[in-house]
Amino acid sequence: MNKSEYDIIIIGAGPAGMSAAILASDYGAKTLVLDEGSAPGGQIYRAIEKNKKSKPYLNSSYQSGFSLVDSFRLANVDYKSEARIWHLSDELKVCYSIKGKSFNVKGKQILVATGAQERPFPISGWTLSGVMGAGGAQVLLKESGLVCDNAVFVGSGPLLYLIAHQYLAAGVPIKAFIDTTPKSNYLRAIKHSFGALSAVKNIIEGWQWKREIMNSNTLYVVNVSDLRLNGDDSVSSIEYQQNGHWKQLDCEHVFLHQGVVPEVNVSLSAGCDKKWNEQQACWEIAVEQNTYSSIKGIHVAGDAASVSGAVAAEHKGSIAAINMLYELGLVSNEIKNKQLKPLHKKLNTELLPRAFLEALFKPQQQYCLPHEDDTIVCRCEEVSLSEIKKSVNLGCVGPNQLKSFTRCGMGPCQGRFCGLTVSELIAKHAKVPIEEVGYYRVRPPIKPVTLSELSCLEKA
Amino acid sequence: MFRSINNKHHKPITIDYEGKTFSVQPGTNVAAMLLEAGIYDFRKTPKNNAKRGPYCMMGVCFDCLVVIDGVENQQACMVEVKEGMRINRQDINNLINNE
Repeated sequence: MNKSEYDIIIIGAGPAGMSAAILASDYGAKTLVLDEGSAPGGQIYRAIEKNKKSKPYLNSSYQSGFSLVDSFRLANVDYKSEARIWHLSDELKVCYSIKGKSFNVKGKQILVATGAQERPFPISGWTLSGVMGAGGAQVLLKESGLVCDNAVFVGSGPLLYLIAHQYLAAGVPIKAFIDTTPKSNYLRAIKHSFGALSAVKNIIEGWQWKREIMNSNTLYVVNVSDLRLNGDDSVSSIEYQQNGHWKQLDCEHVFLHQGVVPEVNVSLSAGCDKKWNEQQACWEIAVEQNTYSSIKGIHVAGDAASVSGAVAAEHKGSIAAINMLYELGLVSNEIKNKQLKPLHKKLNTELLPRAFLEALFKPQQQYCLPHEDDTIVCRCEEVSLSEIKKSVNLGCVGPNQLKSFTRCGMGPCQGRFCGLTVSELIAKHAKVPIEEVGYYRVRPPIKPVTLSELSCLEKA
Repeated sequence: MFRSINNKHHKPITIDYEGKTFSVQPGTNVAAMLLEAGIYDFRKTPKNNAKRGPYCMMGVCFDCLVVIDGVENQQACMVEVKEGMRINRQDINNLINNE
Protein backbone atom coordinates (compact mmCIF):
# COMPACT_ATOMS: atom_id res chain seq x y z
CA MET A 1 0.00 0.00 0.00
CA ASN A 2 1.16 3.49 -0.84
CA LYS A 3 2.53 5.47 2.10
CA SER A 4 -0.15 8.11 1.70
CA GLU A 5 -3.02 5.60 1.56
CA TYR A 6 -4.87 4.47 4.62
CA ASP A 7 -7.67 2.04 5.39
CA ILE A 8 -9.22 4.60 7.69
CA ILE A 9 -8.67 8.33 8.08
CA ILE A 10 -10.19 9.89 11.18
CA ILE A 11 -10.64 13.66 11.31
CA GLY A 12 -10.69 14.81 14.93
CA ALA A 13 -9.25 13.35 18.14
CA GLY A 14 -12.10 14.02 20.54
CA PRO A 15 -14.12 11.24 22.18
CA ALA A 16 -15.60 9.94 18.89
CA GLY A 17 -12.32 10.06 16.95
CA MET A 18 -10.27 8.49 19.75
CA SER A 19 -12.67 5.62 20.43
CA ALA A 20 -12.87 4.87 16.69
CA ALA A 21 -9.07 4.91 16.43
CA ILE A 22 -8.68 2.48 19.33
CA LEU A 23 -11.01 -0.09 17.73
CA ALA A 24 -9.53 0.41 14.26
CA SER A 25 -6.10 -0.31 15.73
CA ASP A 26 -7.38 -3.42 17.56
CA TYR A 27 -8.48 -4.89 14.23
CA GLY A 28 -5.27 -4.00 12.39
CA ALA A 29 -6.63 -1.30 10.08
CA LYS A 30 -3.98 1.11 8.80
CA THR A 31 -5.29 4.28 10.39
CA LEU A 32 -4.44 7.98 10.29
CA VAL A 33 -5.83 10.40 12.86
CA LEU A 34 -5.67 14.10 11.99
CA ASP A 35 -6.45 16.66 14.66
CA GLU A 36 -6.22 20.44 14.92
CA GLY A 37 -5.37 20.41 18.61
CA SER A 38 -1.86 20.18 20.02
CA ALA A 39 -2.85 17.07 22.04
CA PRO A 40 -5.66 14.50 21.89
CA GLY A 41 -8.92 15.06 23.77
CA GLY A 42 -10.97 17.39 21.58
CA GLN A 43 -12.62 20.33 23.30
CA ILE A 44 -14.34 18.32 26.03
CA TYR A 45 -11.12 16.66 27.21
CA ARG A 46 -8.93 19.55 26.11
CA ALA A 47 -5.40 19.49 27.61
CA ILE A 48 -6.36 16.47 29.71
CA GLU A 49 -2.82 15.06 29.74
CA LYS A 50 -1.50 18.39 31.04
CA ASN A 51 -4.10 18.35 33.81
CA LYS A 52 -3.36 14.84 35.05
CA LYS A 53 -1.85 16.15 38.26
CA SER A 54 -4.66 17.02 40.62
CA LYS A 55 -6.74 19.98 39.53
CA PRO A 56 -9.61 19.78 42.01
CA TYR A 57 -11.69 22.37 40.17
CA LEU A 58 -11.97 20.17 37.08
CA ASN A 59 -14.87 17.80 37.63
CA SER A 60 -15.17 14.03 37.44
CA SER A 61 -16.75 13.92 33.97
CA TYR A 62 -13.63 15.64 32.62
CA GLN A 63 -11.39 13.23 34.49
CA SER A 64 -13.25 10.28 32.97
CA GLY A 65 -11.47 11.15 29.73
CA PHE A 66 -8.06 10.09 31.11
CA SER A 67 -8.49 6.38 30.33
CA LEU A 68 -9.74 7.08 26.82
CA VAL A 69 -6.75 9.30 26.00
CA ASP A 70 -4.36 6.75 27.54
CA SER A 71 -5.79 3.94 25.37
CA PHE A 72 -5.63 6.22 22.34
CA ARG A 73 -1.94 6.89 22.98
CA LEU A 74 -1.33 3.13 23.02
CA ALA A 75 -3.26 2.51 19.79
CA ASN A 76 -1.26 1.58 16.73
CA VAL A 77 -2.32 4.51 14.53
CA ASP A 78 -0.57 7.41 12.82
CA TYR A 79 -1.58 10.44 14.86
CA LYS A 80 -0.88 13.94 13.59
CA SER A 81 -1.59 16.90 15.86
CA GLU A 82 -1.88 20.54 14.78
CA ALA A 83 -3.16 19.33 11.42
CA ARG A 84 -5.56 21.77 9.77
CA ILE A 85 -7.85 19.95 7.34
CA TRP A 86 -8.63 22.16 4.38
CA HIS A 87 -10.13 19.68 1.95
CA LEU A 88 -12.19 16.50 2.05
CA SER A 89 -13.41 15.23 -1.30
CA ASP A 90 -16.18 12.77 -2.12
CA GLU A 91 -13.39 10.59 -3.58
CA LEU A 92 -12.10 10.26 0.01
CA LYS A 93 -9.03 12.43 -0.46
CA VAL A 94 -7.96 14.62 2.45
CA CYS A 95 -5.66 17.64 2.28
CA TYR A 96 -4.21 19.04 5.46
CA SER A 97 -1.57 21.46 6.60
CA ILE A 98 0.93 21.21 9.46
CA LYS A 99 3.21 24.12 10.33
CA GLY A 100 2.96 25.67 6.88
CA LYS A 101 3.32 22.44 4.88
CA SER A 102 0.47 20.71 3.11
CA PHE A 103 -0.10 17.01 2.59
CA ASN A 104 -2.41 14.90 0.51
CA VAL A 105 -3.71 11.52 1.69
CA LYS A 106 -6.36 9.03 0.62
CA GLY A 107 -8.52 6.79 2.75
CA LYS A 108 -10.69 3.79 1.92
CA GLN A 109 -13.01 4.89 4.71
CA ILE A 110 -13.20 8.34 6.30
CA LEU A 111 -14.59 9.28 9.68
CA VAL A 112 -15.48 12.92 10.25
CA ALA A 113 -15.41 13.47 14.02
CA THR A 114 -14.96 17.22 14.15
CA GLY A 115 -17.20 17.71 17.18
CA ALA A 116 -19.19 20.79 18.01
CA GLN A 117 -18.72 24.52 18.30
CA GLU A 118 -20.51 27.10 20.41
CA ARG A 119 -23.79 28.33 19.00
CA PRO A 120 -23.56 31.94 17.88
CA PHE A 121 -25.07 34.41 20.38
CA PRO A 122 -25.80 37.40 18.13
CA ILE A 123 -26.97 40.11 20.51
CA SER A 124 -26.11 43.79 20.27
CA GLY A 125 -22.48 44.24 21.35
CA TRP A 126 -21.38 40.58 21.17
CA THR A 127 -18.36 41.57 19.06
CA LEU A 128 -16.98 43.99 21.68
CA SER A 129 -13.57 43.26 23.09
CA GLY A 130 -13.94 41.51 26.48
CA VAL A 131 -16.89 39.41 25.31
CA MET A 132 -16.12 35.75 24.79
CA GLY A 133 -17.87 32.44 24.46
CA ALA A 134 -18.09 30.65 27.81
CA GLY A 135 -16.60 27.65 26.03
CA GLY A 136 -13.65 29.85 25.12
CA ALA A 137 -13.26 30.84 28.76
CA GLN A 138 -13.25 27.16 29.67
CA VAL A 139 -10.55 26.43 27.09
CA LEU A 140 -8.41 29.14 28.74
CA LEU A 141 -8.95 27.46 32.10
CA LYS A 142 -8.19 23.91 30.93
CA GLU A 143 -5.39 24.70 28.51
CA SER A 144 -3.61 27.59 30.25
CA GLY A 145 -4.96 27.75 33.82
CA LEU A 146 -6.32 31.25 33.13
CA VAL A 147 -9.32 32.65 34.99
CA CYS A 148 -11.01 36.03 34.99
CA ASP A 149 -12.26 37.69 38.18
CA ASN A 150 -15.73 39.25 38.25
CA ALA A 151 -16.88 38.13 34.80
CA VAL A 152 -20.59 38.03 33.95
CA PHE A 153 -21.89 34.66 32.74
CA VAL A 154 -24.85 34.93 30.39
CA GLY A 155 -27.04 32.39 28.67
CA SER A 156 -28.35 28.89 29.09
CA GLY A 157 -27.26 25.27 29.10
CA PRO A 158 -25.30 22.81 31.22
CA LEU A 159 -21.87 24.01 30.03
CA LEU A 160 -22.49 27.52 31.39
CA TYR A 161 -23.26 26.09 34.83
CA LEU A 162 -20.30 23.73 34.65
CA ILE A 163 -17.85 26.56 33.95
CA ALA A 164 -19.34 28.70 36.72
CA HIS A 165 -18.93 25.71 39.04
CA GLN A 166 -15.30 25.28 37.97
CA TYR A 167 -14.65 28.98 38.56
CA LEU A 168 -16.19 28.96 42.04
CA ALA A 169 -14.40 25.71 42.91
CA ALA A 170 -11.13 27.41 41.95
CA GLY A 171 -12.04 30.34 44.20
CA VAL A 172 -12.67 32.78 41.36
CA PRO A 173 -15.42 35.36 42.05
CA ILE A 174 -18.21 35.69 39.48
CA LYS A 175 -19.94 39.08 39.27
CA ALA A 176 -23.25 37.86 37.90
CA PHE A 177 -24.88 34.78 36.40
CA ILE A 178 -27.73 35.67 34.06
CA ASP A 179 -29.72 32.57 33.14
CA THR A 180 -31.81 33.15 30.02
CA THR A 181 -33.65 29.79 30.20
CA PRO A 182 -37.36 30.73 30.12
CA LYS A 183 -39.85 29.25 32.60
CA SER A 184 -41.79 27.66 29.74
CA ASN A 185 -38.78 25.42 28.98
CA TYR A 186 -39.01 23.90 32.47
CA LEU A 187 -42.66 23.05 31.88
CA ARG A 188 -41.85 21.52 28.50
CA ALA A 189 -38.98 19.51 30.01
CA ILE A 190 -41.20 17.99 32.71
CA LYS A 191 -42.99 16.02 30.00
CA HIS A 192 -39.72 14.22 29.32
CA SER A 193 -38.77 13.65 32.94
CA PHE A 194 -39.16 9.86 32.64
CA GLY A 195 -36.09 9.74 30.39
CA ALA A 196 -34.31 12.07 32.77
CA LEU A 197 -34.54 9.47 35.55
CA SER A 198 -31.58 7.69 33.99
CA ALA A 199 -29.52 10.82 34.48
CA VAL A 200 -30.59 11.65 38.01
CA LYS A 201 -26.95 11.91 39.08
CA ASN A 202 -26.23 14.59 36.47
CA ILE A 203 -29.41 16.48 37.24
CA ILE A 204 -28.61 16.56 40.96
CA GLU A 205 -25.10 17.70 40.07
CA GLY A 206 -26.53 20.52 37.94
CA TRP A 207 -28.87 21.52 40.74
CA GLN A 208 -25.93 21.61 43.16
CA TRP A 209 -24.01 23.88 40.78
CA LYS A 210 -26.98 26.23 40.73
CA ARG A 211 -27.16 26.26 44.57
CA GLU A 212 -23.43 26.91 44.67
CA ILE A 213 -23.82 30.00 42.47
CA MET A 214 -26.79 31.26 44.51
CA ASN A 215 -24.90 30.75 47.77
CA SER A 216 -21.86 32.63 46.53
CA ASN A 217 -21.58 36.41 46.22
CA THR A 218 -22.69 36.11 42.59
CA LEU A 219 -25.73 38.09 41.49
CA TYR A 220 -28.06 35.37 40.16
CA VAL A 221 -30.58 36.60 37.61
CA VAL A 222 -33.46 34.66 36.00
CA ASN A 223 -36.59 35.51 33.97
CA VAL A 224 -34.65 37.58 31.49
CA SER A 225 -36.40 38.46 28.25
CA ASP A 226 -33.79 40.55 26.41
CA LEU A 227 -30.10 41.41 26.50
CA ARG A 228 -27.75 44.08 25.20
CA LEU A 229 -24.02 44.69 25.65
CA ASN A 230 -22.67 48.25 25.71
CA GLY A 231 -19.23 49.75 25.19
CA ASP A 232 -17.18 51.74 22.72
CA ASP A 233 -14.44 49.29 21.83
CA SER A 234 -14.51 47.12 24.92
CA VAL A 235 -17.57 45.98 26.81
CA SER A 236 -18.42 48.27 29.74
CA SER A 237 -21.89 47.14 30.77
CA ILE A 238 -24.63 44.62 30.18
CA GLU A 239 -28.31 45.52 30.09
CA TYR A 240 -30.98 42.90 30.68
CA GLN A 241 -34.72 43.09 30.67
CA GLN A 242 -36.31 41.40 33.66
CA ASN A 243 -40.07 41.37 34.26
CA GLY A 244 -40.46 44.20 31.77
CA HIS A 245 -37.79 46.46 33.29
CA TRP A 246 -34.33 47.15 31.86
CA LYS A 247 -31.48 46.88 34.34
CA GLN A 248 -27.83 47.69 33.84
CA LEU A 249 -24.72 46.15 35.30
CA ASP A 250 -21.16 47.42 34.77
CA CYS A 251 -18.69 44.75 33.66
CA GLU A 252 -15.43 44.25 31.82
CA HIS A 253 -15.83 40.60 30.88
CA VAL A 254 -18.85 38.74 29.59
CA PHE A 255 -18.99 35.03 28.82
CA LEU A 256 -21.86 34.11 26.50
CA HIS A 257 -23.23 30.63 25.94
CA GLN A 258 -26.38 29.04 24.56
CA GLY A 259 -25.38 25.49 23.81
CA VAL A 260 -23.29 23.88 21.12
CA VAL A 261 -24.04 22.91 17.52
CA PRO A 262 -22.37 20.43 15.14
CA GLU A 263 -19.26 21.55 13.25
CA VAL A 264 -20.70 20.78 9.81
CA ASN A 265 -18.27 22.50 7.44
CA VAL A 266 -15.99 19.50 6.84
CA SER A 267 -18.88 17.10 6.11
CA LEU A 268 -20.80 19.63 3.99
CA SER A 269 -17.75 20.45 1.88
CA ALA A 270 -17.55 16.78 0.89
CA GLY A 271 -21.22 16.92 -0.11
CA CYS A 272 -22.81 15.02 2.80
CA ASP A 273 -26.56 15.60 3.14
CA LYS A 274 -27.72 17.73 6.05
CA LYS A 275 -31.04 18.08 7.81
CA TRP A 276 -32.59 20.63 10.15
CA ASN A 277 -33.04 19.56 13.76
CA GLU A 278 -36.02 21.57 15.01
CA GLN A 279 -35.60 20.71 18.69
CA GLN A 280 -31.92 21.70 18.78
CA ALA A 281 -32.46 24.49 16.21
CA CYS A 282 -29.40 23.59 14.16
CA TRP A 283 -28.20 21.81 11.04
CA GLU A 284 -26.96 18.29 11.49
CA ILE A 285 -25.49 15.70 9.14
CA ALA A 286 -27.92 13.03 7.95
CA VAL A 287 -26.57 9.59 8.92
CA GLU A 288 -27.87 6.04 8.71
CA GLN A 289 -26.99 3.22 11.10
CA ASN A 290 -25.58 5.98 13.32
CA THR A 291 -22.60 6.85 11.09
CA TYR A 292 -23.11 6.33 7.31
CA SER A 293 -23.38 9.72 5.56
CA SER A 294 -24.90 10.14 2.10
CA ILE A 295 -21.40 9.98 0.55
CA LYS A 296 -20.07 6.45 0.07
CA GLY A 297 -17.12 5.83 2.38
CA ILE A 298 -17.66 8.89 4.57
CA HIS A 299 -18.92 8.36 8.10
CA VAL A 300 -19.79 11.13 10.51
CA ALA A 301 -19.95 10.44 14.24
CA GLY A 302 -20.23 12.20 17.55
CA ASP A 303 -21.30 15.82 17.89
CA ALA A 304 -20.10 16.48 14.33
CA ALA A 305 -23.27 14.72 13.13
CA SER A 306 -25.68 15.50 15.95
CA VAL A 307 -25.03 16.91 19.41
CA SER A 308 -25.50 14.32 22.14
CA GLY A 309 -22.49 14.79 24.39
CA ALA A 310 -19.09 13.22 25.03
CA VAL A 311 -20.15 9.76 26.26
CA ALA A 312 -22.58 9.23 23.38
CA ALA A 313 -19.87 10.48 21.01
CA GLU A 314 -17.49 7.84 22.36
CA HIS A 315 -20.05 5.07 21.67
CA LYS A 316 -20.85 6.47 18.22
CA GLY A 317 -17.12 6.56 17.44
CA SER A 318 -16.89 2.86 18.29
CA ILE A 319 -19.94 2.12 16.13
CA ALA A 320 -18.33 4.06 13.27
CA ALA A 321 -15.15 1.99 13.61
CA ILE A 322 -17.09 -1.28 13.46
CA ASN A 323 -19.07 -0.06 10.43
CA MET A 324 -15.85 1.00 8.65
CA LEU A 325 -14.02 -2.25 9.54
CA TYR A 326 -16.97 -4.17 8.13
CA GLU A 327 -16.84 -2.16 4.88
CA LEU A 328 -13.10 -2.89 4.68
CA GLY A 329 -13.73 -6.61 5.14
CA LEU A 330 -11.74 -6.65 8.37
CA VAL A 331 -14.68 -7.86 10.43
CA SER A 332 -17.36 -10.33 9.40
CA ASN A 333 -21.07 -9.61 9.52
CA GLU A 334 -21.29 -11.90 12.53
CA ILE A 335 -18.60 -10.06 14.51
CA LYS A 336 -20.03 -6.73 13.46
CA ASN A 337 -23.44 -7.58 14.91
CA LYS A 338 -21.88 -9.05 18.03
CA GLN A 339 -19.85 -5.88 18.60
CA LEU A 340 -22.65 -3.47 17.76
CA LYS A 341 -25.26 -4.97 20.10
CA PRO A 342 -23.72 -3.81 23.41
CA LEU A 343 -22.68 -0.48 21.84
CA HIS A 344 -26.26 0.24 20.75
CA LYS A 345 -27.47 -0.63 24.23
CA LYS A 346 -24.98 1.73 25.89
CA LEU A 347 -25.76 4.46 23.36
CA ASN A 348 -29.51 4.17 23.90
CA THR A 349 -29.08 4.44 27.67
CA GLU A 350 -26.94 7.53 27.16
CA LEU A 351 -29.53 9.10 24.87
CA LEU A 352 -32.49 8.59 27.25
CA PRO A 353 -32.23 11.95 29.02
CA ARG A 354 -31.57 13.90 25.80
CA ALA A 355 -35.25 14.77 25.20
CA PHE A 356 -35.42 16.26 28.70
CA LEU A 357 -32.20 18.25 28.27
CA GLU A 358 -33.13 19.44 24.80
CA ALA A 359 -36.55 20.65 25.98
CA LEU A 360 -35.03 22.40 28.99
CA PHE A 361 -32.27 24.08 27.04
CA LYS A 362 -34.06 24.66 23.75
CA PRO A 363 -32.42 27.76 22.25
CA GLN A 364 -34.46 30.93 22.57
CA GLN A 365 -35.45 32.63 19.33
CA GLN A 366 -34.70 36.12 20.65
CA TYR A 367 -31.05 35.22 21.22
CA CYS A 368 -30.66 33.21 18.00
CA LEU A 369 -32.35 35.81 15.82
CA PRO A 370 -31.05 39.32 16.41
CA HIS A 371 -33.72 42.03 16.46
CA GLU A 372 -31.72 45.26 16.89
CA ASP A 373 -30.75 46.55 13.45
CA ASP A 374 -27.13 47.34 14.31
CA THR A 375 -26.39 43.85 15.67
CA ILE A 376 -23.51 42.25 13.80
CA VAL A 377 -24.45 38.87 12.32
CA CYS A 378 -21.28 38.08 10.34
CA ARG A 379 -18.38 38.90 12.68
CA CYS A 380 -15.70 38.62 9.98
CA GLU A 381 -17.23 40.87 7.32
CA GLU A 382 -19.13 42.99 9.85
CA VAL A 383 -22.54 42.53 8.26
CA SER A 384 -25.39 43.78 10.42
CA LEU A 385 -28.98 42.63 10.72
CA SER A 386 -30.27 45.68 8.83
CA GLU A 387 -28.11 44.83 5.79
CA ILE A 388 -29.44 41.26 5.77
CA LYS A 389 -33.05 42.40 6.11
CA LYS A 390 -32.51 44.88 3.28
CA SER A 391 -31.13 42.12 1.04
CA VAL A 392 -34.05 39.83 1.81
CA ASN A 393 -36.45 42.67 0.98
CA LEU A 394 -34.66 43.13 -2.33
CA GLY A 395 -35.42 39.50 -3.13
CA CYS A 396 -32.35 37.67 -1.86
CA VAL A 397 -33.56 34.09 -1.52
CA GLY A 398 -30.76 32.23 0.23
CA PRO A 399 -27.44 32.30 2.07
CA ASN A 400 -25.37 31.93 -1.11
CA GLN A 401 -27.01 34.87 -2.82
CA LEU A 402 -26.58 36.85 0.40
CA LYS A 403 -22.81 36.49 -0.09
CA SER A 404 -23.06 38.43 -3.37
CA PHE A 405 -25.30 41.04 -1.77
CA THR A 406 -23.31 41.65 1.41
CA ARG A 407 -20.15 39.45 1.67
CA CYS A 408 -21.87 37.81 4.66
CA GLY A 409 -20.10 34.51 5.38
CA MET A 410 -17.13 35.25 3.14
CA GLY A 411 -14.57 36.12 5.82
CA PRO A 412 -11.87 33.87 7.27
CA CYS A 413 -14.25 31.85 9.52
CA GLN A 414 -16.10 30.87 6.32
CA GLY A 415 -19.56 31.18 7.77
CA ARG A 416 -18.96 29.06 10.84
CA PHE A 417 -20.16 31.82 13.15
CA CYS A 418 -22.98 33.30 11.07
CA GLY A 419 -24.29 30.44 8.91
CA LEU A 420 -26.85 29.25 11.40
CA THR A 421 -28.12 32.77 12.14
CA VAL A 422 -28.31 33.57 8.42
CA SER A 423 -30.38 30.45 7.63
CA GLU A 424 -32.81 31.31 10.43
CA LEU A 425 -32.99 35.02 9.57
CA ILE A 426 -33.76 34.44 5.89
CA ALA A 427 -36.37 31.81 6.81
CA LYS A 428 -38.03 34.30 9.16
CA HIS A 429 -37.92 37.41 6.99
CA ALA A 430 -38.68 35.71 3.66
CA LYS A 431 -41.28 33.47 5.37
CA VAL A 432 -39.83 30.33 3.80
CA PRO A 433 -39.23 26.97 5.58
CA ILE A 434 -35.62 26.76 6.73
CA GLU A 435 -35.02 23.51 4.81
CA GLU A 436 -35.78 25.48 1.65
CA VAL A 437 -33.48 28.34 2.65
CA GLY A 438 -30.61 25.92 3.22
CA TYR A 439 -27.06 26.79 4.23
CA TYR A 440 -23.94 28.23 2.63
CA ARG A 441 -22.35 26.05 -0.05
CA VAL A 442 -19.10 25.11 1.69
CA ARG A 443 -16.16 24.92 -0.71
CA PRO A 444 -12.52 23.99 -0.27
CA PRO A 445 -10.21 25.21 1.07
CA ILE A 446 -12.37 24.89 4.19
CA LYS A 447 -9.67 26.55 6.30
CA PRO A 448 -7.57 29.43 4.94
CA VAL A 449 -4.38 28.15 3.35
CA THR A 450 -1.45 30.14 1.99
CA LEU A 451 -0.16 29.85 -1.57
CA SER A 452 3.19 28.60 -0.26
CA GLU A 453 1.35 25.84 1.63
CA LEU A 454 -0.48 24.92 -1.56
CA SER A 455 2.64 24.98 -3.68
CA CYS A 456 4.45 22.48 -1.46
CA LEU A 457 1.51 20.06 -1.47
CA GLU A 458 3.03 16.63 -1.43
CA LYS A 459 2.10 13.09 -0.65
CA ALA A 460 2.71 12.41 3.02
CA MET B 1 -8.29 40.75 33.90
CA PHE B 2 -7.24 37.20 33.20
CA ARG B 3 -4.78 35.69 35.65
CA SER B 4 -3.13 32.30 35.97
CA ILE B 5 -3.92 29.87 38.76
CA ASN B 6 -1.26 27.42 37.59
CA ASN B 7 2.08 27.10 39.32
CA LYS B 8 4.61 28.97 37.22
CA HIS B 9 7.31 26.35 37.37
CA HIS B 10 8.70 26.65 33.86
CA LYS B 11 11.65 28.82 32.96
CA PRO B 12 10.11 31.93 31.35
CA ILE B 13 10.69 32.77 27.70
CA THR B 14 10.76 36.23 26.17
CA ILE B 15 8.58 37.40 23.33
CA ASP B 16 8.15 40.74 21.62
CA TYR B 17 4.70 42.32 21.34
CA GLU B 18 4.44 45.59 19.42
CA GLY B 19 8.10 46.33 20.19
CA LYS B 20 7.81 45.63 23.92
CA THR B 21 9.49 42.66 25.55
CA PHE B 22 7.37 40.32 27.67
CA SER B 23 8.57 37.49 29.88
CA VAL B 24 6.01 34.66 29.69
CA GLN B 25 5.53 31.00 30.59
CA PRO B 26 6.08 28.53 27.74
CA GLY B 27 3.61 25.77 26.85
CA THR B 28 0.62 27.95 26.14
CA ASN B 29 -0.90 29.52 23.06
CA VAL B 30 -0.33 33.08 21.88
CA ALA B 31 -3.93 34.17 22.63
CA ALA B 32 -3.82 32.99 26.26
CA MET B 33 -0.41 34.56 26.71
CA LEU B 34 -1.60 37.96 25.43
CA LEU B 35 -4.79 37.85 27.54
CA GLU B 36 -2.72 37.12 30.65
CA ALA B 37 -0.54 40.11 29.77
CA GLY B 38 -3.72 42.24 29.76
CA ILE B 39 -3.85 42.64 25.97
CA TYR B 40 -7.36 42.37 24.52
CA ASP B 41 -7.24 44.09 21.15
CA PHE B 42 -5.63 41.55 18.87
CA ARG B 43 -6.67 43.11 15.62
CA LYS B 44 -8.62 45.91 14.02
CA THR B 45 -11.42 44.92 11.68
CA PRO B 46 -10.96 45.91 8.01
CA LYS B 47 -14.37 47.59 7.62
CA ASN B 48 -15.16 49.44 10.86
CA ASN B 49 -11.71 49.56 12.46
CA ALA B 50 -13.22 47.89 15.52
CA LYS B 51 -11.04 46.26 18.16
CA ARG B 52 -11.41 42.49 18.36
CA GLY B 53 -9.98 39.78 20.55
CA PRO B 54 -10.46 36.03 21.03
CA TYR B 55 -14.05 34.77 21.12
CA CYS B 56 -14.06 30.97 20.71
CA MET B 57 -10.47 29.98 21.68
CA MET B 58 -10.79 26.83 19.54
CA GLY B 59 -9.90 27.89 16.03
CA VAL B 60 -13.41 28.54 14.73
CA CYS B 61 -14.10 32.30 14.90
CA PHE B 62 -10.86 33.81 13.50
CA ASP B 63 -11.32 36.89 15.68
CA CYS B 64 -7.90 36.47 17.35
CA LEU B 65 -5.88 36.99 14.16
CA VAL B 66 -2.45 38.53 14.77
CA VAL B 67 0.81 38.99 12.88
CA ILE B 68 3.45 36.50 14.05
CA ASP B 69 7.05 36.94 12.89
CA GLY B 70 5.85 39.07 10.01
CA VAL B 71 3.18 36.63 8.79
CA GLU B 72 -0.40 37.95 8.91
CA ASN B 73 -3.63 36.12 9.66
CA GLN B 74 -2.25 33.78 12.31
CA GLN B 75 -4.85 32.37 14.69
CA ALA B 76 -3.37 33.32 18.06
CA CYS B 77 -5.39 30.62 19.86
CA MET B 78 -3.89 27.86 17.69
CA VAL B 79 -0.20 28.83 17.79
CA GLU B 80 2.10 27.92 20.66
CA VAL B 81 4.34 30.70 22.02
CA LYS B 82 8.03 30.28 21.23
CA GLU B 83 11.17 32.02 22.52
CA GLY B 84 11.89 35.17 20.55
CA MET B 85 8.49 35.30 18.81
CA ARG B 86 7.56 38.71 17.39
CA ILE B 87 3.85 39.41 17.63
CA ASN B 88 2.00 42.42 16.24
CA ARG B 89 -1.58 43.58 16.29
CA GLN B 90 -3.22 42.91 12.92
CA ASP B 91 -4.48 46.00 11.16
CA ILE B 92 -4.95 45.25 7.46
CA ASN B 93 -5.82 48.88 6.59
CA ASN B 94 -2.60 50.09 8.19
CA LEU B 95 -0.70 47.41 6.32
CA ILE B 96 -2.17 48.42 2.95
CA ASN B 97 -1.47 52.12 3.60
CA ASN B 98 2.16 51.40 4.43
CA GLU B 99 2.82 49.47 1.25
